[in-house]
Amino acid sequence: MTDTKTTDAVADTPTPPPKTTLTVTIDGKAIEANPGELLIAAAERNGTYIPRFCWHPRMREVGMCRMCLVEVSGPRGMSLQPACMQPCAEGMVVDTKSDVVKKAQDGILEFLLVNHPLDCPVCDKGGECPLQDQTLTFGPGESRFIEEKRHFEKPIPISELVLLDRERCILCDRCTRFSKEVSGDPLIHFINRGNATEVNTFPDDPYASYFSGNVVQICPVGALTASPYRFAARPWDLDQVESTCTSCAVGCRTVVQSSGDQITRYQGVDSDPINWGWLCDKGRFGFEAIGASNRVTTPMVRADRTSAAESTSWAEAAGQVADRLRTYQPEQIGFIGGARLTNEDQYAFVKLAKSVLKTDNVDAQLGDGLPAALWLSLPHATIDEAASASAVILLGGDIKEELPVLFIRLRDAITNKRLSVIELSPTTTGMSPYVKGSLRYRSGEAAVLVKSLLGAAWGGESVDRQIAGVESVDINAAAVSLSGALASGKGNGKIVVILGRPSLADSVDSIVEAAGLLRVVDAAAFLPAMRRANLHGALDMGMAPGLLPGRVSLSDGASWFAAKWGSGPSTLGMDTAQMLTAAAAGKLKALVLVGADPLSDFPDRALATKALANVEYLVSVDTHTNDSNTIAHVVLPAAGYAEKSGTTTNIEGRVSLLAAKVSAPGVARADWMIAWELGMALGSDLGFSSLAEVTTEIAAVAPSHAGLTPAVLRAAENADGVLLPLSVAVPAVVATDVVSTDVVAPAVVAPAEVAPAAEGEAATGSADTPDDSVAEGPVVPAAVRYRFTTGAAVTPAPDSYSIRLHSGRVLYDNGTLLQSAPSLGKLASAPGVHLHPNEIERQGLVPGQAVKVLSQTGTVTLTIIADDRVPRGVASIPFNQAGPGASDLIDHASVSAAGVTRVRLESVKGA
Amino acid sequence: MIRLDRWLTEFPRHKQLRYRTAELARKIHLEGPPRNFTAVLINRSISAVPARPVDTEKVLTKKELVMPAPTKMITTRWDQADGHTLDGYHRTGGYEGLRKALTMGPDSVLEEVKAANLAGRGGAGFPCGTKWGFLPKDVFPRFLVVNGDESEPGTYKDRILCERDPHQLIEGVLIASYAIKAAQAFIYIRGEMPFAHERVAAALNEAYAAGYIGKNICGTDFSIDVVLHWGAGAYIVGEETALIESLEGNRGMPRLKPPFFPAVKGLYMQPTVVNNVETLANMPYIITNGAAKFTSYGNEKNSGTRLFAVSGHVKNPGVFEVEFGTTTFRELFYDFAGGIREDRRVKAFIPGGGSAPWFYEADLDTPLDAGVVAGKGSMLGSGAIVVMDETTDMVRAAWRLVKFFAKESCGKCSPCREGTNWLEKIYSRILNGQGRPDDIELLLDVADNISPGLTWPPKQTTICPLGPSAAAGALLSSIRHFRPEYEAYIAAATVSRPQIPVLAN
Repeated sequence: MTDTKTTDAVADTPTPPPKTTLTVTIDGKAIEANPGELLIAAAERNGTYIPRFCWHPRMREVGMCRMCLVEVSGPRGMSLQPACMQPCAEGMVVDTKSDVVKKAQDGILEFLLVNHPLDCPVCDKGGECPLQDQTLTFGPGESRFIEEKRHFEKPIPISELVLLDRERCILCDRCTRFSKEVSGDPLIHFINRGNATEVNTFPDDPYASYFSGNVVQICPVGALTASPYRFAARPWDLDQVESTCTSCAVGCRTVVQSSGDQITRYQGVDSDPINWGWLCDKGRFGFEAIGASNRVTTPMVRADRTSAAESTSWAEAAGQVADRLRTYQPEQIGFIGGARLTNEDQYAFVKLAKSVLKTDNVDAQLGDGLPAALWLSLPHATIDEAASASAVILLGGDIKEELPVLFIRLRDAITNKRLSVIELSPTTTGMSPYVKGSLRYRSGEAAVLVKSLLGAAWGGESVDRQIAGVESVDINAAAVSLSGALASGKGNGKIVVILGRPSLADSVDSIVEAAGLLRVVDAAAFLPAMRRANLHGALDMGMAPGLLPGRVSLSDGASWFAAKWGSGPSTLGMDTAQMLTAAAAGKLKALVLVGADPLSDFPDRALATKALANVEYLVSVDTHTNDSNTIAHVVLPAAGYAEKSGTTTNIEGRVSLLAAKVSAPGVARADWMIAWELGMALGSDLGFSSLAEVTTEIAAVAPSHAGLTPAVLRAAENADGVLLPLSVAVPAVVATDVVSTDVVAPAVVAPAEVAPAAEGEAATGSADTPDDSVAEGPVVPAAVRYRFTTGAAVTPAPDSYSIRLHSGRVLYDNGTLLQSAPSLGKLASAPGVHLHPNEIERQGLVPGQAVKVLSQTGTVTLTIIADDRVPRGVASIPFNQAGPGASDLIDHASVSAAGVTRVRLESVKGA
Repeated sequence: MIRLDRWLTEFPRHKQLRYRTAELARKIHLEGPPRNFTAVLINRSISAVPARPVDTEKVLTKKELVMPAPTKMITTRWDQADGHTLDGYHRTGGYEGLRKALTMGPDSVLEEVKAANLAGRGGAGFPCGTKWGFLPKDVFPRFLVVNGDESEPGTYKDRILCERDPHQLIEGVLIASYAIKAAQAFIYIRGEMPFAHERVAAALNEAYAAGYIGKNICGTDFSIDVVLHWGAGAYIVGEETALIESLEGNRGMPRLKPPFFPAVKGLYMQPTVVNNVETLANMPYIITNGAAKFTSYGNEKNSGTRLFAVSGHVKNPGVFEVEFGTTTFRELFYDFAGGIREDRRVKAFIPGGGSAPWFYEADLDTPLDAGVVAGKGSMLGSGAIVVMDETTDMVRAAWRLVKFFAKESCGKCSPCREGTNWLEKIYSRILNGQGRPDDIELLLDVADNISPGLTWPPKQTTICPLGPSAAAGALLSSIRHFRPEYEAYIAAATVSRPQIPVLAN
């Protein structure tokens, strides 16, 4: 009692909380600074801009340029100190405008301009140049330097994308720091000394980085320029709008800049939860594909498969599509693709397919992902949560290749915050050099490995033998590091699993089973490593068989959507593999490809080819011509990235805005309009006539998106996107042999908080207001859940006569968008089969020679590339490389049965 | 690391250059400098390299290197032919200090060094014992780094210490490591001193073999490794934080203090003591003979002896060990260094290395006392004294020093990188007969932007004092005292600013 009283008394006493901020006086004004905060940052936060060149808030401070010198009080009075190296201290007095400071700033700028050429009129940076701007604001206005300036050969290309004019460089160390500290490709460095110092690459090693464009963006002068933008426009001619990058599913915030209705450049925006200002080169330079010559600009029809396409009107084309689709039963129609569309486009197509055409044969994935319901029902983690987790388990493809900026975030967490990462991967990945443990398992055997790992970590069963090709000592060490990280209280107490598809040559079953095992770990949360830009949005919108918009299942949501839409599919549909199989067999009659190219992207090319050839009616809605739509009966032109507005959802389930900047070529339209047009031709009005109305309808209809109105999306505090509420609570179950198969996630999804927004921005037009429909409709359906089936995964028996095929993704592949961008297309690596040097020797082959790779169903001839990142016994063929490749070897049916793809190598006679 | 290997394999010239340098150094020691050597290395105004006799025996008993004064602490083996070997070192009381230190315990050794009031001999003159005391308690591992990157213009005392008595240095390193409980010691030897490197390496091998380094030294539980590192050739690496960067494998660029005080965040971000070669060479004497004996030499504030490297226009340039604080410059120049060449008058001299403000004929009777010299607006620095006689061209002498700093600027801070280079260009212009009337003011203002106020010790807009030394040292001294020489150059300018004719019609 006494104790309690005492405690209460203490608690009740109004003791002021310990002061967590420091008071610093800047130019006579007292400001609050956070402990450890640098003076330059604290000053800027409080409205005092201290000029700088080398300091960058996302990189370690170096204090090189000396531009930020200010007078700071110290034990020996006021002295000049660089504000970027000065942590705030209590009672610090700072003068940023004294005569001493002014003279120092004057002097520094004069020094920087001693060797910097005054070629601003022809410099790409002119107009947005920090050196120019700060010289105007803080500089002397005139130089007393009359000698000859430094000269260098100019420009020198330091990579395929980046050019360097060394005489413009002010040696701020930003690019070199970025390459070393942020991206981990220390391929550029200072060379020589003193006044002769220059930034350059190592001899014969180009600055071949996936992130090289960032150094152009952070260069404070025009020393580093990107070849796609060099001499393309002047900054003051650019108009810009903030958007989200859709080259992969990380969802980096970007600024899209255009001049004269042409996209000229993308720049990264510093979004704290996502990209920190960085972009990968694929995202940054992908804009070239927008104006490519292979864009579809008008609706095209073909009389038959072999005849040339003729352009036609929208009405004609839509009428023809409607007339043909009307003749088929719902289950004879299928929709493939849609992961690159906006949420609104996806919703419109799902409504068209599932409500108007009443077919559930809709799949946004091309047999290259994981089951839709699995991805939606796993408890999600954000990128920030992954970066601050107790530990991270990587189970999927190579993140550096698939989600490059996520790689940067994780690399930062590992190198700067000592995040423990355990990687499970059949080959060495871009992440391998950084992780605490990399378990190199045999392709297709992830489930048994995960089971042993979890057993060793939390089940008290340390491993005593080799599992899936991984030595017991490695598994046990990884287990100790996992359980230790969680027990030590390091990080946020979560084990974040980054879950994806390691290889397209393996069955998904093993990964699904592994996910089921990981899911029952109490602390586990998942970050889906989805590669396609808006796959999460597509699944949210129900672009998968068995799903309806709002993360609900077909069965659970039937009555809800019956009330909303009036009609829906009656039977469970097929996924892409099943659709293609049915089409090949002549059972599926009509196929609509929504931004999909199954011939290139489906792992089994033979099946896709047969399906597209056999299907009676093939429609393609796409931005560019590709292999699949050159044989389509009708091709409908869609507006591409930066040509349409909308929203997109990233891997975290974060919905952010996309903005239109330029007009679509020809008569291309946003996909939601195409869906609406097709609906009208089929005799059904989809019920919206503007983008805002689609967004509003999604907010009203999709339970997971409840309340996500245009006004909420546009609210200033949601500039980084809105994280949708997701099921998070998972019952605490210790990892056991039997997976709980019916783990139910919380049913009701709370509406997103409605942010105050301008009245004018509020949703307009829709007759059904969300509140009314909720009030009168049936109960909100439960969120989708995934039923894990135990023991479904086949553990392939090791076979000493064959080699397992591994086919992962690479950043620069033969994809349509990438190949339509001239600067990026040439970066695709030469096609070939990657083999371990020892394997090459064992097989009596020679690197650089051609070799025949044979699977049960296909044979391709490829060049041998020696690559020690591939373990012995594995042949790695990156997916979607130019010419014949992995998809000619992978047979969908036998992969499902055997779990893996086995290949043999035969030397080519006479090679 | 792979890249460095590649660099070395693909650029064998880089390797060869080092070996050629080593060969040259050895040759100079054995045969004396080549005929044109002075001209190659040193500007004609300031010639510093002593002529050397031909055979080894004579090198080691060379007269100018033998201290004529009665006090000898750290140069005792310089005239001993085998002083650099372990046998020779043992014969003259070698490693007695270490053995004694090991019986005293680390704290007593530290106290003894503190009591000896040994000022650092690298340039700043900070008391060595106090420096050791700055190490934060209970933070381990901590390191000892020996700064053997002696590269101040005019200084060559550490090189000879390493070449002639490497074991004395190693013993000092071991005593210091023991006192500060270092986990590992690193000896960083300047890239241009291959012979010193060779001698220290040989001595380290001998010391390892004899059990003075390694596990359980002299049978005690004190164990330490000493790593020898060869610099890549940069003046700035003599600055302790740049040396640490270089030792870590990075470019030799200084770190900002604060926060990177070596005692707190030094090598590999661990507490680190960085000591000069000469400082550590004093340790065996202090421990063997006691602090009281050591402090009996010199005056109150300047204990012991000091090495001064006298070069320039003296008859007998060389390194001299003199009692600290009591000897005067005049005694050093005339008694030790044989007087000024051709018995001319002294016009100016640099009392403490190329960074220091100059002294003049009137200052000759100043004692070699750190405090007194500082009081007169300069420093004893690294003990490098360059004498300039009355025939010296002061503008040219200042240009030579400014050029050195411009060349040696590491390139990190803009004011030093661009400013020193600009100053050098202005000097070249003046010397080439293209001076302008406002060039003197321009020189002073550019210098002021590198070192605000042009005071001594210099304030700096840079991280380290390299750039400010160029500004507040030779440049300011020569302009202040020899302005007419500048004006004469400018007045005689033969190339005036090109006149571009403006046509009226």
